[in-house]
Amino acid sequence: MNLSEVTQPGGLFTLAPLIIAFPVAGLLINMIIGRRLSERLVGAIACIAVAASFIIAILQFVALQAEPEGVQVVVADWIMIGSLHVPWALKVDTLSVTMMMMVTGVSTLIHLYAVGYMHDDVRFQGDPGRYTRFFIFFNLFVAAMMVLVSADNYLMMFVGWEGVGLCSYLLIGFWYEKGKDGIGNAIAGKKAFITNRIGDFGFLIAMFLIFWNFKSLQFDEVFHLAEHGGTVGVGVLTAITLFMLLGVTGKSAQIPLFVWLPDAMAGPTPVSALIHAATMVTAGIYLIVRNSVLFTLAPVASDVVAIIGATTALVAATIAVGQFDIKRVLAYSTISQLGFMVAAAGVGAYVAAMFHLVTHAFFKALLFLSAGSVIVGVEHGLHDSGDHGGDHHDFDPNDMRNMGGLRAKMKTTFLVYLVGSLALAGIPPLAGFFSKDEILADANQKFLLVYILLAIAAVFTAFYMGRQILMVFFGEPRSKAAEHARENPPIMTYPLIGLAFLAVTGGVLNLPGVHSLTDWLEHTLEHVHASEFNLFVALLSTILALIAIWVAWGIYGRRTLTKGQSDPLRKSLGPVFTAMEMKYWVDEFYNWLVIRPYIRLASFLADVIDWRFWHDWFHDTVIARSFRGLTHWLAMGFDLPVIDGAANGLASLVKGASTRLRILQTGFVRNYALSFFVGLLLILSYILFR
Amino acid sequence: MDIPTNYLLALSGVLFILGALGVLTRRNAIVIFMSIELMLNSANLAFITFARSFEDMIGQIMVFFVIAVAAAEVAVGLALIVAIFKTKQSIDVDQISSMKG
Repeated sequence: MNLSEVTQPGGLFTLAPLIIAFPVAGLLINMIIGRRLSERLVGAIACIAVAASFIIAILQFVALQAEPEGVQVVVADWIMIGSLHVPWALKVDTLSVTMMMMVTGVSTLIHLYAVGYMHDDVRFQGDPGRYTRFFIFFNLFVAAMMVLVSADNYLMMFVGWEGVGLCSYLLIGFWYEKGKDGIGNAIAGKKAFITNRIGDFGFLIAMFLIFWNFKSLQFDEVFHLAEHGGTVGVGVLTAITLFMLLGVTGKSAQIPLFVWLPDAMAGPTPVSALIHAATMVTAGIYLIVRNSVLFTLAPVASDVVAIIGATTALVAATIAVGQFDIKRVLAYSTISQLGFMVAAAGVGAYVAAMFHLVTHAFFKALLFLSAGSVIVGVEHGLHDSGDHGGDHHDFDPNDMRNMGGLRAKMKTTFLVYLVGSLALAGIPPLAGFFSKDEILADANQKFLLVYILLAIAAVFTAFYMGRQILMVFFGEPRSKAAEHARENPPIMTYPLIGLAFLAVTGGVLNLPGVHSLTDWLEHTLEHVHASEFNLFVALLSTILALIAIWVAWGIYGRRTLTKGQSDPLRKSLGPVFTAMEMKYWVDEFYNWLVIRPYIRLASFLADVIDWRFWHDWFHDTVIARSFRGLTHWLAMGFDLPVIDGAANGLASLVKGASTRLRILQTGFVRNYALSFFVGLLLILSYILFR
Repeated sequence: MDIPTNYLLALSGVLFILGALGVLTRRNAIVIFMSIELMLNSANLAFITFARSFEDMIGQIMVFFVIAVAAAEVAVGLALIVAIFKTKQSIDVDQISSMKG
C-alpha cells in the first residue's frame, strides 16, 4: 500500500497538519521578533498558538464522528529508498485524536497559567529577559508532542519522541546557571536527556526489528502483517515489544529508568505540570496502546510490562511517603500513576490505561500547578516578610516543612489542591476513582498479582496525599515566609479552577455502563471490550483509601507539625522511613554501578590511550622523531653534500681550470711569439706529413 | 752566373730562421723589429728566387707589396716603442708584462 497513491481525505481532515503548524508558527514568531515584544504579547502569541491547535483537535474530533475508522493525511514524502517508504503523514483516528485533545487542552490551560507564573519566576530568579525563551521552548514542546501523537509511522513518531525529550532537557535546565552548586539544574537536564536516550535506544532497536521483519514502518501495515501475515514468530514479536518497553521505561519513568523524573522538578513548575505529568511521560503509554496488536500477540512481553508497571507503582508510592519537597512528592506520585497505566496496558486493559492517562493529566496538572501556586505564594511571603540576604539562598520555598497553615492564606489554591488530591486518591465521584477503578477491576480479572500490587500502591497514594495536604495547608505556619504568603492573581488561579472542574467531571468519559471512551477507542484498537463494573473492587479501594486518609490525619492532622519537628514517621518506622526518604538509594546505586565505571573508562581512554599513548608516544616519539630524522637527513645528508656539492663543485672545477690555464698568460711577448712559432711548426708538419 | 735555385732558397731559409731566433731571444724591442725585417726580407728573397726560376714577373711585384707593408709596419711599431718608452723608460720587452695573469 503506497501511501502517496491513497486518495487524500477531504473536509475537516485536511486541517490536521495545522495542529503541528500552529505551535511552530508561534515559536517562530516569538523567536524572531519576541525580543521586541512585551511580555504580555509573547505569552498571548504562545497561548493563542496552542489554543488554535486545541480547536483543530476539536475539529478533528467532529470530523471523526462521520468517519470513525480514522484516516491518513499525507503531508509530504520524506524517505523513499528502495522498499523503505516513509512519508510525513498524520494518522487521525480515535486514539490519536484523544491524545491530541487532551494534550492541547491541558497545554492551553498550562500556557495561561505559565504567563502569570513565569512573570513572577523570572523576577524571583533575577533574569526577566528569559521570559520569551520559555514560551519558545513550550511551543516547541507542543509541536513535537503533536508530531508524536499524530504520526502515521514509527520513524515520524520517533522524531516527535526525540523532540519532546529535547524540550524536556531544555526546559528542565531552563535556569541553567542555578541549582545546586550553580550547575544543579543543568545536571538534572542532562540526566533526563541521557536516561531518555537509553530508552530511545530501545525504541530504535524495536524499530529496526520491525522494519527488518515487516519491511514497513507504517502502523497499519505492520499491524496487519503481524496479525494476518503469520511470517513473524512470537519470539521476534516478544523481542520487538520488550525493546519498546525499554523505550517506555525511559520516557514514562518506569523501573529502571525513572531516576530522571524527580530531578526534573528542577525546572519551573509549568514544565513539571505539562511535560512531566500530563503529556511527555504519557508518550510511553501511548506507544504501548498504539502497538496493542503487537503486545497482544506477545503475551510474555505483556506480562513483563504489567509486572514492571505494578512494581514501579508500588515502589514509587512508598518513596513519595518519605519526601519533603512538595514537587518531589508529586513527581513520585506521577511515576506511581504511570506505573498504574503501564500495568493496565500490560494486562490488556488499553482503554483503562488511556482513561487513566486522560484523567491523570487533569488532576496531576492541577496538583502541579497548585503546588506552583503554593511555591509562588510562599516566595511572595518570603519577599514580603523581609527575610532577605543570606536567608534567601538557604530557604527552600519548596520544602513542606517550611509551610503550614496556608489554608487561610491561599483559599482558592487550597480548594483546588484538595480536589486534585481526592481525585488522585480515587475518592468517588471524582475522575480518578473511575479510571483507577477500571484499572483495578481489569487487573483483578486478568492478573491477580498485579492487582494486589496496584491496590497496595493505591493505599499509599491516598496516604501520602493526605500527608501532603495536612503538612502544607493545615496547622500553624512554620516559617515567616508561610506566615506572609498570599494568594495568586486570577491568571494563575482560573486555569486551576478549570482543571479542577475537569478533575471532578472527567469520570464521565468512561462511566461504567455507558463506557463512551471504550466505544470511541474500539474503532482503532480492535481487541478492546468494555469491562464490567466490579462492585467489590470499587468498594474495597474506596474504603482502603478512606482508611489511609484517616491514618494520615491521625499522624499529621491531630497534632500538626510544629516548626523544626521531625516527621513522626521517622520515629515509628525508623530505617524504613530513611530508606523511603533516600529513595532507596537508587541514584547512588546507579552511580556506583554505571556512572563511576563509565567515567573511569572515559578518563582511562582519554588520559592513557589518547594522551599518553597516542599523543605522547605515537605522535611525539614515533611520528615526530622519524619526520625530524628524515628532514635532517634530507637537509644535511642530501641537500648539503649532493646538491650544494654539485653547485660548488662546478665552481671549483672552473676555478681549478682557470688557475691552471692562467699559467699560459705570462705577459711576456716573447712567450706569445714562441707559441706562434710552435703552432706554425705543428701546422706545417701536419701538412707535410699528411 | 747561374746561382742554383736551391742555394738561394737555402739562404732565404737560413735568413728566416735567424730572424725568428732573433724575435724569440732578443730583449731589445728595436732588435726584435730588425729581426722581423730580416724575416720579411727573407720572404722577399724567396719571391725573387722563384720569379727568376719561373720567369714570371709576378714574384717581383709581390716584393713591392711586401716592402710597402714592412715600411708601414715599422712606422707603427716604432711609434708604439716610443710610446712605451715614454711610460716605462726602457724598451726591454721583458718588462712589458702587465698583461700577466
